[in-house]
Amino acid sequence: MALPAKLQEELIKEQTINDPAVIDLLGLSVSFGRRQILKSLRGDLRGKAIGLLGPNGAGKTTLIHTLLGFYEPTAGSAQIFGHDIVDDARQIKSLVGYMPERDSFIAKMSAVHFVRLMGELSGLPSDAALERAHEALFYVGLGEARYRKLETYSLGMKQLAKLAQAIVHGPKLLFLDEPTNGLDPPARLRMIKLIREIRDSGQANILLSSHLLLDVEECCDEILILRDGQIAVYCNLEEERKSNRKFLMLETRGDLTKFVEAIKTLGCEYALTGDHRLKIVLQGGVEVRDLYQLAAREKVQLRRLSYKRDSLEDIFLKAMENGNGGL
Amino acid sequence: MAVYEQTYKRYVGRLTPEWSRFLIIPRHAYRGVFKSKIFTAFFVICFVPLLVEAILIYLHHNMNALGIMKVNMRELVPIDASFFLAFLSVQSGFAFFVTVLVGPPLVSRDLRNNALPLYLCRPFSRTEYVVGKMSVLFLLLSLMTWVPQLLLFFFQASLEGFTWLKENLWIASAIFIGSVVWLLLLALISQAVSAFVKWRVIASAAILGLFFIPSVFAEFINIVFMTHWGNLISLLALMKNVYGGLFGLFVRTVDTVRLEDFDGNVRQVVVTEPPLWLCWGMLFLVCAICLALLSRKVKAYEVVR
Repeated sequence: MALPAKLQEELIKEQTINDPAVIDLLGLSVSFGRRQILKSLRGDLRGKAIGLLGPNGAGKTTLIHTLLGFYEPTAGSAQIFGHDIVDDARQIKSLVGYMPERDSFIAKMSAVHFVRLMGELSGLPSDAALERAHEALFYVGLGEARYRKLETYSLGMKQLAKLAQAIVHGPKLLFLDEPTNGLDPPARLRMIKLIREIRDSGQANILLSSHLLLDVEECCDEILILRDGQIAVYCNLEEERKSNRKFLMLETRGDLTKFVEAIKTLGCEYALTGDHRLKIVLQGGVEVRDLYQLAAREKVQLRRLSYKRDSLEDIFLKAMENGNGGL
Repeated sequence: MAVYEQTYKRYVGRLTPEWSRFLIIPRHAYRGVFKSKIFTAFFVICFVPLLVEAILIYLHHNMNALGIMKVNMRELVPIDASFFLAFLSVQSGFAFFVTVLVGPPLVSRDLRNNALPLYLCRPFSRTEYVVGKMSVLFLLLSLMTWVPQLLLFFFQASLEGFTWLKENLWIASAIFIGSVVWLLLLALISQAVSAFVKWRVIASAAILGLFFIPSVFAEFINIVFMTHWGNLISLLALMKNVYGGLFGLFVRTVDTVRLEDFDGNVRQVVVTEPPLWLCWGMLFLVCAICLALLSRKVKAYEVVR
């Protein structure tokens, strides 16, 4: 029996209040010497999979490292599932898994030995750690190679082994720092598939840091864009796409001068993107039919018309221009 | 997350107590250490002096055996503090060489392969990491120093009787404290070297150098200045003095030298060892420096300021 809409809304609101955010940034600042890397980050991140984006040096990795307790905040703080990153660091570390960006492993160990050791360090008893090490390696697709020494692994296999060690103890939150770095297309697809599977299992939240917008687009439902150590944008990807102004791509024939002037009078923004090509942002109240009428009046042929929703790339580039997306 | 299920599942079973997690490191390290047959053979050889010690103790209390071997009781070394100190010194020497073989790769291997973030992103602190790595050596070396020495001490006590035990119980504490100091020193120095030198051979050479090169300098200073205060820079000499102090065999005045200058004036110079408290202080200082170096190096990531 479905609940009335209002009651459902109330329940969701209550749940949001009671359920601590996955990550709650409380004016988090981090400085290295005089250099301020993160500048008073605020906001609560609640997505199942949160994409962390930003240009080089924006502070993505520093944010992850600070949340993991590797760096001390210079001001403010943050909470993960309601636990303070400084006061409850140990508790947080038992809830999270971390896949670092760089090559990280213990030499002269087989993959199963390595993942087992990591499981034991997370608090699993020896036998359970061994069992889960086998399972994690099978899960990431290294089942057949699990007795091989890690230094004999290819780059793609090492990435998978890193993922296996991050999930061996079944964390509630996974930090993935550039998980597809250096992977060839099939390996990248495999990694993306795994991340999506983990996300869809509903057993773990994911914070995915990547330079590759496509990776984030494929895996994440929310994005946090950092620029110069500040939050440029934090949004729900799907909602952002829906709520964004609609783009129209037009291919035309004829003299465009008067046509674009007429478009301007409708209050729409436009850009000439090539020979006879126009990109128009439809404003509220303006319909496609109005454009057809304008085109007929100005004797311009519309050869092709297509909608183009805001891609992550657009959101990202906009954030880089504006920088004040806020939460 | 069973192999056949291929889905992600959280772990909901019991967890190990937090205090015991540092012991995971030595448990996994020993697998690698004893994979080498040469090392295993060397480790077994390290127990030969203990066997000799046990035989000597046994012979002291077995007239029949002495009779068969036609050995007079007086020809055997007496079993006292110097007896235990002599054998403990031999074992300490072996412990040093085991450290040179086992110690260098312990931290450097993790640093070389960026493994520290993997340790430290778990409920496992930097202190636990250092203690875990130190315990690899400490437990291994304990097996060849104070543990068998104490067993042999109690073997002797069981043969000699309760009165002997009561009178010589301080020897047991000297064995334990002396060994622990030596093992801590070895473990800390090897970890500090391992944290700064990534290549095993060079790290082994550095450990050897740290113990022997200052000893050579110390000897040089001692000879030139007719003193024993040069021993303050020699870890081996410092340990010798500390052992001597613990076993009641430390003598401050080592020698008296008669000096005659060009004018024919004769004077006597008393050559003394540095005081015991200073020897302890120097060892403490070395340990503190090693800890400071480790604290600087054992981090998930270096901060570039």
